[in-house]
Parts: sequence; structure tokens; C-alpha cells
Amino acid sequence: MSRPRLIKEASAPLQLDKELLLRIHDLMVKTRALEERLIQMYKQGHGYFWIGGPGEEAFNVPLGMLMKKGQGPEYDYLHAHYRQSGTLMALGEEPIGALRQMKNTATDPYSGGRNFAGHFSLKKYNVAPVSSPIEVQYAVAPGTAMMQKRVGGDGITIVTGGDAGTAEGDFASCLVWSSRPANPLPILIIVTNNKWGISTSGEGQHGETRISDRAKAFNIPAKTINGNDPVEAYQEIQAAMEYVRKERKPYFIEALVSRLYGHSSASGANFVGDEVDCLKQFEARLEQEGFMTRQQMDDLRNKYTEELAAAARQVRDEPQPEPDSIWKHIYAEDK
Amino acid sequence: MANMAQAIRMALHYAEENLGVTDIFGEDVGMPLGGVFTCTQGLKTTWNSPLDERGIIGAAMGIAMGGGRPVAEIQFCDYVYNTIDLLKLAGNTCWSTNGDWNLPMVVRTPVGSGIRGSIYHSHSFDATMTHIPGWKVVMPSTPLDAYGLLISACKDQNPVMFLEPKALLRVKGEERIPGEPDDDKVLSKMIDAPLGELRTNWKPQWPELEAYAVPFGKGKKVREGSQVTVVSYGRTLPLCAKAAATLADEGISAEVIDLRSLWPYDWELIKESVQKTGRVLYVNEDTEVTNFGEHLVRRTVEELFYSLLAPPRLLAGKFLPGIGLADSLEMASVPQQGDITHAIRSLAGEQP
Repeated sequence: MSRPRLIKEASAPLQLDKELLLRIHDLMVKTRALEERLIQMYKQGHGYFWIGGPGEEAFNVPLGMLMKKGQGPEYDYLHAHYRQSGTLMALGEEPIGALRQMKNTATDPYSGGRNFAGHFSLKKYNVAPVSSPIEVQYAVAPGTAMMQKRVGGDGITIVTGGDAGTAEGDFASCLVWSSRPANPLPILIIVTNNKWGISTSGEGQHGETRISDRAKAFNIPAKTINGNDPVEAYQEIQAAMEYVRKERKPYFIEALVSRLYGHSSASGANFVGDEVDCLKQFEARLEQEGFMTRQQMDDLRNKYTEELAAAARQVRDEPQPEPDSIWKHIYAEDK
Repeated sequence: MANMAQAIRMALHYAEENLGVTDIFGEDVGMPLGGVFTCTQGLKTTWNSPLDERGIIGAAMGIAMGGGRPVAEIQFCDYVYNTIDLLKLAGNTCWSTNGDWNLPMVVRTPVGSGIRGSIYHSHSFDATMTHIPGWKVVMPSTPLDAYGLLISACKDQNPVMFLEPKALLRVKGEERIPGEPDDDKVLSKMIDAPLGELRTNWKPQWPELEAYAVPFGKGKKVREGSQVTVVSYGRTLPLCAKAAATLADEGISAEVIDLRSLWPYDWELIKESVQKTGRVLYVNEDTEVTNFGEHLVRRTVEELFYSLLAPPRLLAGKFLPGIGLADSLEMASVPQQGDITHAIRSLAGEQP
């Protein structure tokens, strides 16, 4: 079992190209600014509910960057949960879409004003609709992986969820269906472990030493990584994806992450000071390595904060869905 | 004539060959068994799943998302209850994504009483399923309708729940499936897997089947009548038809409608009939409280009140936690021939 490395121990130089590091940083800042704007919108009454993943950027951004983006089984499928704006930003989504979903406008690109914040859905990039009941995505994901295995190529299925949700049977379903000896599936199974389920600590709920140990019982190679380190996350996700793409077999990652603003607006959405802030730590390293100055980082943060404030003002004036639109899309029409 | 299990098998074969069905799967659906009711014997895309109903429904959703066209089976509808939130999710995926995603998937499951299945193999699922928007829900009462409805299901862009009345799976039809050979024994030799070791290397010989689709939302008038309308589906439908035939000798003229599709359903057919007869009896075997027939009664009262000569009635299963194994218990729990005959007679005799 790999021991999670704490970032302060990593005295070695950053092991990725500078250009890539700056791109990761840019997306992390953009994602953080987006989430903070969403929280602000919620607190100002411009949305009914907030849930998101500030604190998970160091893991979610590299995941989105490494995905093979496109539509159909030749490309990667993402069965995400609702803390993955970083992954969506890395896929190239503009943050205003998430703002529109928060404000439930007719222009909301993910649900047309029908679903919660963070509930992304993008058929054009194989992003399966995010569901509010946690972990159901683990039961669905083997299906796309089955199609990918049959179609051939190197497209894989990625499924993510939280540590608390691993108590659900669908998590076990995923391990069973992905690892049947007669038909192992090309699926990257991910659990982001922030050690909490709403207000319930993981310590009171599950007894395994590492959640990744559960995968080992199914002969699925598994690793626990420090999801707060974008370099480690990038390298580990890349290696895992290479394995799954080539071997057409499952791989399991448990990523230890932070929950910087609690569970959701249900728990107040206030900053939690004693969690590791992956962005802050990464910025310290970038500065230490001389890749960016504090001023440059502040400027970048300000730029995104201002852009998102402007986007929020724009979204505020956009129309709500027409009441009659409730009757649209109950069924898909024959094409 | 083919029985319903054979008709389902032939429809699935047709759908594999012509409609792009990629996966027919569930517990024991593949060989050697080919389904506990033999509905999936000899098909080329069948496979056995883990014993995991949530996994089955989830996989069907994923296969549909991944560009496949799955037909999943839940061995008995009694076991589909632990997948309710996945069924809800499948039903709302198109709506919640504002039309971005749709799930072309079929779930088949045997329903109802009739095999002395005791508490866990006798449930009905029509009330529960018609409560989940976004699905189409069908339930045939004849082999030909089973064939035609399943072909429509395999063409649809949306999730379809195909409810199989298990009491009727072995009943031969009165109409031939288009392409079915004239001799039943010949058909059986062609498509029924042999027992035991012989099955290992067995391959079916499929007849040259023809496209025959029963459109969703279209009921069927199985008997003309003028005094009472009887609306049913599944196991109780042939009982209603038989009751109507018996009562004709007493001078009672009952019109019998086979609803076939529960959602969408053929309200126009019901409406036209009730406006003619002024009396309506809805018959099914699901438990009577919050029954799909109650919805039909409500709509009848709201829309057809001034056409009615008597209150609309519902004859359904008793509101019990289960169906007991003893013959007497099962018979007492869900509508039987005598109950239906009595209910029609009683309604026909009711005067305003």
C-alpha cells in the first residue's frame, strides 16, 4: 500500500514541465474562483442550494486534463459526483455554465434550470448526468465500460464518488461487475476521501484501513494517493489511465482530499480553516521553484474573481425557464 | 401457436437481428438455462449477470449511455423493488438533462400470481411502475401482443418496462406470430432448448420472422358489448374475456378492452366505450390501495361523470403483504374467474 505523501516532504523539484504546472495552476485557480462565486451566489439568494468541491482541485483538474475528451465509446466516459467542477473546467467548460445552473436559468447548459449546482451533464464529452443520490454512478459505470471493451480502442470509463458513499451497495456492485474474471472492464474507479459524510466522520463509519484495500479483495490494483498534491495526482492518474487503456482492466485510486467549505450549503458552506488547502500549498511550491511570483498568482486570482463577478451579473438578468417547458424532454423523440 | 415465452424469445431474436439489440442479460438469462421461464434461450447476445439487481439496472443504463441497446431482465418483479431509485434515475435522465441524454433500454420482468409463487414470486408491479415518470410501461396478455410490444420496446429511444404476466407465459396464443410455422411441434423443435446434456451444443433454428410492432398507447377491443365496459391487462384480461362470453348467455353485453400499454395508455378507447355503455369495471391483480386502476377510476369520474349510469368500479388484489402459498390463499388474494364474472354481473345490474 502506498503511503500518502505529505506535500511538505516533497523537497524534490516539481516533476512536471513548467508549462503543464502553470496550466494546472490556472485551472485550479479558475475552479476555486468559480466555487467561491457559487457559494457567494447561494449566500446572496441567487440559488437554492450549493454543493461543490473546493479543496479537490488538485485531483479533479489533472483528471479532466488527462481524459480523452469526446463523444461515444471511443472516448472516455466520466460518471462523476457533484464535487467536480475542476474536472469540467479542465475539459474546457466555461464557468458561466455552472453559474447558470446555480441561478437555474433557462440557459443552464447542464439541465435547463432543473437540477442542482454541480450536477453537470455533457453528452458531447461523455460526462454522464450527475445524480443527487450518491454512488448510483458506480452501478451505471460498468455499462459504459462494457461497451468500450466491446468497441475496442483505448476509451475508458472513469467513475468517482466519495468515501461515505462507499457504504452503499452500488460501490460493491462496481467492484464486482468490473472485475469478473471472464470479463474485466476498462474502468478507473476513484474514491475521493475527504473523511466526511455531511457531518459524520469516516472514523465512525468504516473499518477498513484504506478504502483502496477493498479493491484488492477483487484483485483490482489499487493505490491511495495524496489528492491534495496536483503533481502526484497527475502522475498517478496518468499511470492508472495508461494501465486501464492498455490492459482493459480496472484500476482503483483512493485520493485523500480536503473539504474546504464543508459538505454543502446544508452545513453552512463556510471556510474550514483546519483543512489542507491544496491551492495554497501548490502556490507555495510554484513560488519556491521560481515558476510564478506571488504577484502573478494574485493577479490571476483577481482576474478570475472579476470575470466570475461579471458572469454572475450577466446570469442574474437571464430568464428563468418557461413554466410550460416542464413538459419538454420527458421522453426523447425518435430521431 | 407459440406461447408467450416463445413469442418473447422470437421478438428478442428479431430485435437482435434487426433492431440493434446488443445485450440481453440478467440472472440466468444466458445458457444453459436461458431464463427461469426460458424466454431467452438460444439468443446470441445473452449473458449471465452477477446476482445483483441494482447492478443489472445500472449496467443497462450504462450500456444505453455507451451506445448499446440493452434488454435487461429482473428474474421476478419482486426483486426489482431494490432498484427503485435507479428506475427513477433512468426515468428522469432525459428530463433532468434537458434532453441531452436519453436511455434506449428495456427491462423485462415477470409479474403477478399464477404459479403458486408465494410471498416473493407473486407481486405485481404495474402500480409502482406507472408511478415512475419517464418510462413507458407495457403488459401483454397474448403471445402476439408480447411479440409486437417487445419489438416496439426495442425500437424506442426511452426506457421501457415490459411486464410479463407469468401465469400466461405458457399459454398458447390464438394468433400466429408472423413467420411462425403452422405446426406448434415444429416450432418447439426449432426454438425450445432440449433438456440436459443435449443443450450444451444446441443451436436454435429461428423461423423467418417478420416485423410486427404493436404501437405503444394503443389498446385493443377484444369483445364488443353495449352494457358494461371491462378494462384489464395481463393475467386478468383472458379471465375478463371469458367472463364476458359467459355472461352473454345471461343477456349481459360486456365490452372488453385489453389496455396493453399502461403508459402511455389508450384513454380514447376507454372513453369511447364508457360513453357507450355507461358502466366501467377496471380489473387487475395489483394490491387495491393506490392501484393504477384507481387512477383510471379517478379520470373516469372527472371526465366521464355525466356519461355514467353507475359508479366506476375497481376489482384488484387484496391489500395484503403477500400471497400465501396454499392454493386457497392465492385464489383468495387476487381476482379469479368467479370474482370477475360476479363483478361484471353486479355492475350490469346496477341502475341509477
